[in-house]
Amino acid sequence: MDFISILSIFVLACFVGYYVVWSVTPALHTPLMSVTNAISSVIVVGALIAAAAAGSASSKWLGLVAVALASVNIFGGFAVTQRMLAMYKKKERKDA
Amino acid sequence: MHEAAATPAWVLLAYLVAGVCFILALRGLSGPESSRRGNRLGMIGMLIAVVTTLVTHVPRYEFVQEPGFSATFLYLATFDLRTILQIFGAIVIGGTIGLITARKIQMTAMPQLVAAFHSLVGMAAVLVGAAAYLNPEAFGIAVRITPIASPSFVSILPVSRIEMGLGVAIGAITFSGSVIAFLKLNGNMSGKPILLPLRHVINLGTLAAILGLIAYFTQDQAPWVFFTVVGLSFAIGFLLIIPIGGADMPVVISMLNSYSGWAAAAMGFTLHNSAMIITGALVGSSGAILSYIMCRAMNRSFISVIAGGFGGDAVAGGAAAAIDRPYKRGSAEDAAFLMKQADQVIIVPGYGMAVSQAQHALKEMADKLKAEGVRVKYAIHPVAGRMPGHMNVLLAEANVPYDEVFELEDINSEFAQTDVAFVIGANDVTNPAAKTDKSSPIYGMPVLDVEKARTVLFVKRSMGGVGYAGVDNELFYRDNTMMLLADAKKMVEEIVKALG
Repeated sequence: MDFISILSIFVLACFVGYYVVWSVTPALHTPLMSVTNAISSVIVVGALIAAAAAGSASSKWLGLVAVALASVNIFGGFAVTQRMLAMYKKKERKDA
Repeated sequence: MHEAAATPAWVLLAYLVAGVCFILALRGLSGPESSRRGNRLGMIGMLIAVVTTLVTHVPRYEFVQEPGFSATFLYLATFDLRTILQIFGAIVIGGTIGLITARKIQMTAMPQLVAAFHSLVGMAAVLVGAAAYLNPEAFGIAVRITPIASPSFVSILPVSRIEMGLGVAIGAITFSGSVIAFLKLNGNMSGKPILLPLRHVINLGTLAAILGLIAYFTQDQAPWVFFTVVGLSFAIGFLLIIPIGGADMPVVISMLNSYSGWAAAAMGFTLHNSAMIITGALVGSSGAILSYIMCRAMNRSFISVIAGGFGGDAVAGGAAAAIDRPYKRGSAEDAAFLMKQADQVIIVPGYGMAVSQAQHALKEMADKLKAEGVRVKYAIHPVAGRMPGHMNVLLAEANVPYDEVFELEDINSEFAQTDVAFVIGANDVTNPAAKTDKSSPIYGMPVLDVEKARTVLFVKRSMGGVGYAGVDNELFYRDNTMMLLADAKKMVEEIVKALG
């Protein structure tokens, strides 16, 4: 991919982000933060490339540490979001 | 870029699918019901991204297909097992820590947890950037140059140098800024702003130096340039957050959220990875929008929040003189009596409710009132608490149905027809001075019109303290206000007892 295609994806994604985030209900702003946190750990892709690459031992170890850090975020972020979202309930029915 | 040409189409498509999953994960958050499905889509997107990267990047042994072995078997058997084990080891260690933390964390501690998670994204971005700098060929961002009669060397592409420089700079700022935010939110560090002399000069100078060095980096890829950028960026992240007071944390934490996204996007540019770019842009805009919403809810400009210093020693004029004014003090029994008689009670929670963990007692009180035929609603100001949506999560934790919880604009007109407004742990967001007193530092901030209710019950630890803005609250001395001076949780528990 050349720079211009990458830039196009980026700019369009910013617009998508803008409209999608405005439609998030304010009550869910905390889960929004924790889930965006989890997905920004997609940086793990870069960490995996570094960890899997041959050629530089220091680069590999930096990659492995980054994989571990990003994993804390991925697992922790999605799990805590799920835990929070499970708490949002409607008015319970008496007959239930 | 020369490597990108060799990337198979299915890989590009897989990253695109991952990106779309992330968009849908955020889209799901438009309502509590769809949000759970959205979260699962987010996990699927992450799984796709990780598996795709592993399959395409883990080194494989050369093999010759012999009769008797299936192609699939050979395909799987030739992955470099040691690398796979190392990577899975890292994932298991990180994942275990993450899962345990997510399970154990108290809901009141969510702001610090989010800050801690932001710092990890920042640090991961720095590490990935450093790894790419040390081994650029593995990332396909370098060309090997072999001049005549001298050893060949690896030159990182100039565009990649800028992307990489920006990525590590933003990552480092995210890391050190989030660490300070964490320490302030967790109480390891005072929430009071720390103001260095000449801080604006120092900050702007450091920022200029970082940008200058990144520009110079395109000319000279020497290690000192790269690592000075990293070092200065750690320093500026620290310097930017220390002058910001505890109550501006909703803005800070949203801003750091945004930075962690931009860091991921910059790394995505370096790696030509669409999943990272899409995610980075989503997270970046999400954090930016949240910062904007928080600033608007405080009627402050983003610049003034970043400049810091709000809520320091500078107490607004007139506040100190007003402390001795007469006010009405009530007991739990009085409060219980008043609320029992009411048709409608609106509860206004704030940070104080989170501090004293009063949400469960509050729910119990609301249940007792509902049993008496009282309508109970909750009114939430956007900046109540220490992060966007903080109060909503705490109420949800206490099993308060979300359709009883209302945002400022949706409920503000109802206070006039309400018998009792029950303010617990909130202060500045109820201060009528924001509407009337032009000299007040919070003038113009949208506030909840609690004073329009027939009676205001105001739970507060003591009369001494003022809100974070350092202003006295006119509300305390009004005829229709009754002060309930005690710890929020104890007071609510006593009211529950008095309700019988």
